[in-house]
Amino acid sequence: MRALGMMAVAVAGVVGLAAAGRSSQAGGTVAGKVRFTGAKPLMAKIDMSDESVCKAKYTAPPTEETVVVNANGTLANVFVYVKAGLPADYAAPAPAEDVVLDQNGCRYHPHVLGIRVGQKLAIKNSDGLLHNIKAMGKQNRPFNVSQPTSMTTERVFTAPEVMVPLECNVHGWMHAYLGVLPHSFFAVTGTDGSFSLKGLPPGTYTIEAWHEKYGTQVATVTVTAGGAKTQDFTFTAR
Amino acid sequence: MRAVGLSDSRTVGLLGAVVVALLSVSQTVRLSSQDTTRGKTVYVKWCAGCHGEDGKGDGPAAAYMLPRPRDFTGAVYQIRTTANGQLPTDADLMRSIDDGLFGTAMPGWKGRLSDAERRDVLAYLKTFSSFFADTTQRPVALAFGREPGSDARVGRQFYDSIGCRKCHGDQGRGDGPSAPTLKDDAGFPIFAADLAQSWRFNGGGDVAAIYRRLRTGLDGTPMPSFSDLIDQKFLTADELWHLAQYVRSLSPTRPPELRDVIHAPAARGALPAAPDDSAWNRVEPSWFPLVGQVIHKSRWFTPAIAGVWVQALHDGRALALRITWDDRSQSPDSAWRPFTQRVLASVAGDDSTPPAAALWPDQLIVQFPTKVPEGMERPYFLMGATTQPVYQWRWTSALRTSGRAVAGLARGIERFDSLPAGSAPAAQAVYDHGQWRLVLTRALATPDTADDLQFRTGRAIPVAFFGQDGSNGEFGTRMAVSTWYFLALDQPTPPRVFVTPVVAIAVTLGLGLVLVRRAQQRGTRA
Repeated sequence: MRALGMMAVAVAGVVGLAAAGRSSQAGGTVAGKVRFTGAKPLMAKIDMSDESVCKAKYTAPPTEETVVVNANGTLANVFVYVKAGLPADYAAPAPAEDVVLDQNGCRYHPHVLGIRVGQKLAIKNSDGLLHNIKAMGKQNRPFNVSQPTSMTTERVFTAPEVMVPLECNVHGWMHAYLGVLPHSFFAVTGTDGSFSLKGLPPGTYTIEAWHEKYGTQVATVTVTAGGAKTQDFTFTAR
Repeated sequence: MRAVGLSDSRTVGLLGAVVVALLSVSQTVRLSSQDTTRGKTVYVKWCAGCHGEDGKGDGPAAAYMLPRPRDFTGAVYQIRTTANGQLPTDADLMRSIDDGLFGTAMPGWKGRLSDAERRDVLAYLKTFSSFFADTTQRPVALAFGREPGSDARVGRQFYDSIGCRKCHGDQGRGDGPSAPTLKDDAGFPIFAADLAQSWRFNGGGDVAAIYRRLRTGLDGTPMPSFSDLIDQKFLTADELWHLAQYVRSLSPTRPPELRDVIHAPAARGALPAAPDDSAWNRVEPSWFPLVGQVIHKSRWFTPAIAGVWVQALHDGRALALRITWDDRSQSPDSAWRPFTQRVLASVAGDDSTPPAAALWPDQLIVQFPTKVPEGMERPYFLMGATTQPVYQWRWTSALRTSGRAVAGLARGIERFDSLPAGSAPAAQAVYDHGQWRLVLTRALATPDTADDLQFRTGRAIPVAFFGQDGSNGEFGTRMAVSTWYFLALDQPTPPRVFVTPVVAIAVTLGLGLVLVRRAQQRGTRA
């Protein structure tokens, strides 16, 4: 089982390298930062007193993750992706490896993530207590699966959709957002608020930045072969 | 089953819904002749009032309902035989159309619409979602297998190990720790099912129906599917069947039958004043359904209390009434406050802006006329009138420690004049895992014969019940109501009932002996 997994990772790695090699010759890059201005909203503390296993995983009381502003004034958990502009016949196989969504400490890791149409989402319960994982897409069929113990459930999404909300009903504070795309030109901002979309074929693209509270922003960017463009976004507190 | 379903609380929403629907549909919907298919005609006439012209579940009556009518555009259906997330089969949809969905405003249409009409409307409602147009997806019913022999004990083990209690509570009454946070896919507040009321399960309450819900989940609600647990060998199909058997065992064997009269037998020994006195186990309970108060503004379409179980005993001097009802929350409970606010914000009422949630208590009212009537005439059931008041006992969870309820006269829903505490009934209540058990005790006769009802044995005394779940936003006129029923205090058996037969036997025996003796004497002489 483990060996198979290793092989899958190795194969995926080779495929990925090949793709990277091809893109470095012809592809362009769009990169930038997502900034945040205004007063940083206070996130509510999550009361996990009913779930001692989860509560014990934190030294300070955990808070909700609706808005995560980084130390450098950028915004985390922004999903940046190519919304339009790819050639109609553009096709690239989905990576073979699973995208992993982990439930740990009664929170989702990551909170915002992307996946390809047809790629497997492995939903892992690392808490060993009851979670249910519910997907509430509109373009994709929904699901709602019980995970009363440490286990992994796999599901596949069939249609592009930004975003599919995921939630746990046992723990009302647990929310995650999944962007499903027919290509791999997406990124989620992390602790430095930056993103990078590499290997784009030359062309003009609509780039959208999505945030769960602040909505979406779009930019139009023209990419040349091998060129690099900077495109920043700014979300303002409201 | 149907009788109970029809008297369900949510049915009042339905009545309002149908009326509103018919009125508004006839006014607003104008169809051009060329786009009218047969299914659409039926849909517009009978379904659109709740489900909306465009199938979005937003008809004119929808705002008065919780749960909301199905939004057909997403093709997400709770009651299916197909795997979690899959489209329903035509047979699944037809079952819901034919039988309705218990515990909701959705009635059964078999008998109201012809077979052809129901088939046509089924075909039409599938056109609201493009998912049904995808012919590569053919919904297939799961193989559910056969129910094994019953083992509710194993079922209970899995009830605990797969975490059912998180939402449904330890005793299954929908009072689990996560219950106050539950929402459906559209964000509306939703109750975890009270598993002690299987006759209100919207997909049916028998073991097979419960097992199907466990396998498929109730899509669009927080209730997940447990099929993956069989695939992953966490439990076997038989063990999941046992869980279904355990869940079924939480409800009465048969749905409660509505009876008109509560019989109060004469107690042997002291009246049980405590709610959990074992003497109550020997008294037959009667079930009375409650429905939303939709007559007087502010009306209330989504009551939480489905009904009350009532038992009564008397000892010739006092009457004890035991009222038992399921209530997911021991109000006031701050954990439920956000839920209260969401309910008030979701259900349309008569106020222009939804009322602000407060920490309201739970309340139970028992209502009688002020006097035992001579004929069949009774005061207005909804708290009497200025000209003809009613005599009420009002108990609230806020008064719980006082050991008393309040007695008083109601003169219409908004006027209640309490009587001096001396004539108030004694009250003892326990709240236990999603259930209130309340015993009210009062002397049959009181000094205040003008205001207090004087109970008499051997007479049918009108009685009605009103209930409020504070955490469901029920306060003031927002309540669940019953109609008039009757309470009959059985005549105590007089001592002569036992003495007379003995005397009769003795006399007969004596006379017989005399006759025999005389006959023998005659025989001797002859």
